[in-house]
Amino acid sequence: MQFKSMVVSNVELSPGYFRMRMTAPLDLLGALPGQFLMLKVSDAIDPLLRRPFGFFDVGTFSAEYAGGGTQCYCEILYKVVGKGTRKLAALHHGDLLDLLAPLGKGFDPGPGCEEKLLVGGGVGLAPLYYLAKVLVARGDKVRLFAGGRNRDDILCITEFERLGVESYVSTDDGTLGESGLVTQVLERHLRASGMRIFACGPTPMLKAVAVMAKKHAVPCQVSMEAYMACGVGACLGCVMKGANHSEETPDYRCVCKDGPVFDSFELQWS
Amino acid sequence: MQKPDMTVEVAGIKMRNPVMTASGTFGYGAEFADYLNLESIGAMITKGLSLKPKAGNPTPRIVETPGGMLNAIGLQNVGVDAFIAQKLPYLAKVDTPVIVNVYGNTLEEYGEVAARLDGLGGVAGIEVNISCPNVKQGGIVFGTDPQAAAEVVRLVRKSTSKPLIVKLSPNVTDVVSMARACADAGADALSLINTLTGMAIDLDRRRPILANVTGGLSGPAIKPVALRMVWQVAKSVQLPIIGIGGIMNGRDALEFMLAGASAVEVGTASFLDPSAAQTIAREMEQYLIDNGIASVASLIGALEV
Ligand SMILES: Cc1cc2nc3c(=O)[nH]c(=O)nc-3n(C[C@H](O)[C@H](O)[C@H](O)COP(=O)(O)OP(=O)(O)OC[C@H]3O[C@@H](n4cnc5c(N)ncnc54)[C@H](O)[C@@H]3O)c2cc1C
Ligand SMILES: Cc1cc2nc3c(=O)[nH]c(=O)nc-3n(C[C@H](O)[C@H](O)[C@H](O)COP(=O)(O)O)c2cc1C
Ligand code: FES
Repeated sequence: MQFKSMVVSNVELSPGYFRMRMTAPLDLLGALPGQFLMLKVSDAIDPLLRRPFGFFDVGTFSAEYAGGGTQCYCEILYKVVGKGTRKLAALHHGDLLDLLAPLGKGFDPGPGCEEKLLVGGGVGLAPLYYLAKVLVARGDKVRLFAGGRNRDDILCITEFERLGVESYVSTDDGTLGESGLVTQVLERHLRASGMRIFACGPTPMLKAVAVMAKKHAVPCQVSMEAYMACGVGACLGCVMKGANHSEETPDYRCVCKDGPVFDSFELQWS
Repeated sequence: MQKPDMTVEVAGIKMRNPVMTASGTFGYGAEFADYLNLESIGAMITKGLSLKPKAGNPTPRIVETPGGMLNAIGLQNVGVDAFIAQKLPYLAKVDTPVIVNVYGNTLEEYGEVAARLDGLGGVAGIEVNISCPNVKQGGIVFGTDPQAAAEVVRLVRKSTSKPLIVKLSPNVTDVVSMARACADAGADALSLINTLTGMAIDLDRRRPILANVTGGLSGPAIKPVALRMVWQVAKSVQLPIIGIGGIMNGRDALEFMLAGASAVEVGTASFLDPSAAQTIAREMEQYLIDNGIASVASLIGALEV
């Protein structure tokens, strides 16, 4: 869908990280965790392209300005990294945005009997929160492994804990939780069966998780990022290599349409 | 006032309005069906097709620049046979002319791709891309040398009875001599411009941002160059012209028509707004209504210099 959306709130959670709530049509309640939206940060031609963000949450609230009526919202959790996100950070309640959503393929939650291991860091935690919410509502057992360089990268842990998700935190510098890599903590919990991994974060982290998942033969889905122009599978700018890609037998997958969530075994990690 | 007449005809292709979607920016049409009415635009042009499927370039393939973007997709496409089998049946059901953009690695391939499309229902015309800056063989050579371009056009002309549009590159010193060569070789119409070769650098990493190093610039940043080239070619060649380059709204499109274009193609704008082509057609019509102009065709080449 393409729709106009109003900023409800836009709050700085920790230095450089913002959480923004926007209004959405009721149909957006069908959005799956792992799917994403593209928004135009301004009408100006610079920045020109839309920016992609995963859903941190989708739900309804009772809106005072709508006479207490039910209003659907979506939320994103974003980090200020460049001119687009700087402009986003300056938005206030009442500002209008143009959105395309929901886009792409989301996470496949898998059977309820498995334990769900969520692995993320920084803004990679965003889609995992919405996923955790959906999984917990189904009654699944969910654990979160959150990693980052320092404590500022560990966001919204209390939100996860409020859902009843057990969380394991690690930072490179030890300023929060265990000191070390998130994958080390994850590995201690891996068993060969009855588990499924869902990961989102920087590519090196995803690669480490994918390698570990393969080693322990645990099913693993990863949410990837790429530069995007269209978000609908038309420009072919966002592709990445599938597992069987070679010069002779090319196998490119569109992150925006075939992903952003992929089975980690489907991708080439070298 | 009565609704203005928005119809135009280019190389025998009748369109309900002058807005076409540019090759490579509208997928194979179906990608956009959720966002606009495909039967509200003038014509659709497919992604560039080659004889065999093509993998395209390594990534990163795109990067935003001020007022534009660079792309080096490298003509990733399903190949002409898969297009005919998998994509064309859907497009053929849409009541909007479909123009197939074709590309060859060699002279012979251009002819072969065109031949396979000849006689197919659902294909209203062929746009020959002699101007893609992002592939090593073929394209750019044909796009910058008038003799080589003429050879391609002559061969494609022999291989098809469909209306033949030749898409010109702006990466030349004299676009008019390219246009003349293609006209003399049998083109029915000319479309311009393709992307301008450009480059973006990551200062801190001391590396080019695109894996291909260079890419093609599109978007609002190229509009002045495109307008100038359309105007120059329109003055010197008798063929109908399709204007392309940085068209973002109805006013931009009408400026191209004043410069001499009979129709326009909308490219990068569809990335910012998947319904752009439809919106632009509506804005053009509104401009005509607001200004009491009865027919959009009356604006073609109406620039007063
Ligand atoms: C499917 C998807 C989901 C995403 N979800 C989130 C999210 O939930 N929260 C969040 O903060 N960010 C998310 N991102 C990344 C976000 O889109 C970019 O950070 C944003 O577009 C940067 O815009 P900018 O104008 O501020 O930065 P720019 O000025 O464009 O660039 C600044 C820096 O960001 C990098 N960058 C720019 N675009 C991207 C991109 N598309 N992917 C990766 N790096 C990029 C550039 O390399 C550069 O170093 C997601 C990206 C994708 C593809
Ligand atoms: C991502 C991308 C892919 C493109 N692919 C093709 C192509 O396959 N064949 C072609 O003739 N032109 C291709 N083009 C060029 C466009 O059709 C158009 O000529 C150019 O983008 C200028 O128009 P614009 O400024 O409106 O985008 C491509 C452009 C972009 C941005
Ligand atoms: S962003 Fe255009 S194809 Fe994925």
